[in-house]
Amino acid sequence: MTASIQLQHKPEVQYLLRIGDTALIHAQRLGEWCGHAPVLEEDIALANVALDLIGQSRALLTHAGVLEGAGHDEDQLAFLRDERDYFNATIAELPRGDFAFTLLRNLFLATWSRLLWERLQDSGDAELAAIAGKAVKEARYHQQHAADWVVRLADGTPESRRRTEAALATLWRYTPELFESDAVDAAAHAAGLGPQRTELREPWLAEIGAVFDEAGLAVPADSAFRSTGTQGVHSEHMGYILAEMQHLQRAYPGGVW
Amino acid sequence: MSTQNEWPLWEVFVRSKAGLDHKHCGSLHAADAKLAIQMARDVYTRRQEGVSLWVVRSDQIVASDPVDKAMYFDPMEDKVYRHPTFYELPKSVDHM
Repeated sequence: MTASIQLQHKPEVQYLLRIGDTALIHAQRLGEWCGHAPVLEEDIALANVALDLIGQSRALLTHAGVLEGAGHDEDQLAFLRDERDYFNATIAELPRGDFAFTLLRNLFLATWSRLLWERLQDSGDAELAAIAGKAVKEARYHQQHAADWVVRLADGTPESRRRTEAALATLWRYTPELFESDAVDAAAHAAGLGPQRTELREPWLAEIGAVFDEAGLAVPADSAFRSTGTQGVHSEHMGYILAEMQHLQRAYPGGVW
Repeated sequence: MSTQNEWPLWEVFVRSKAGLDHKHCGSLHAADAKLAIQMARDVYTRRQEGVSLWVVRSDQIVASDPVDKAMYFDPMEDKVYRHPTFYELPKSVDHM
């Protein structure tokens, strides 16, 4: 059994971990589809997206470790933190749901991350800008793939329509968290690291609105509910994900392939 | 549910970075042309196999009938003179 690492809380580290952990936890959820997707082609497509996200997460966690300055590498950050030290948006950790839920979440997160990566290409941090240059191409494809599916599911059979609307009703209230800036955003923005999350809200709503128009979906009313994963306060689902993710590194410390 | 019976089959052609032509590499099921291209990308180019994709509905391909094989192709067997191997190339032509 390996003890948890103690994360040094710095705004720039938390800023990077919010992006990296969202990719990591979302990839973990997408990985659950491997062998279970409705068709073989889509099984591979979802696994490809998950692997892209893990690649992005590895680069971000490695760089976060460098900025943290405590000698933690990507594996220690991925597998040896306690739940409160993960800063992914809550939407990424929700159970995978059905195919409509998965593709709608992919659309929300891919649109968000593509907008973010585009801006991070101009980061004052050269390493982060380089990571963004590679990731933005991946996010562009993830977004298009998810958008095409959401249109087909919403405009498909009565059953696919019903499932898409149910997914939207569940997911929409987890989206405001993606656009609420706080002290971490302000510090990162002031340091030239990247944008504040509020900047992404308008372009995100415009792009999602365009997909919804094509799909015949209505944007739901805003809710007062606010999720708090990016503050380290997670839903009841997070502990189960970490238990599965961390088991090997905790049971076999330093285990490698 | 059998999507195999609901989604049409598509043939996939990939052009590699160094290649001049698209080569047939397999087939897949997809609901429509746009998703067929995306699925071809995900299934057949995930190890850098290509830089360009074609997909075509399998039922749109017109093929020669195997029954006609003898009539179509066997008569060419004894016509070696159709290969340009009986010409002397000038020395100034290095490669041809």
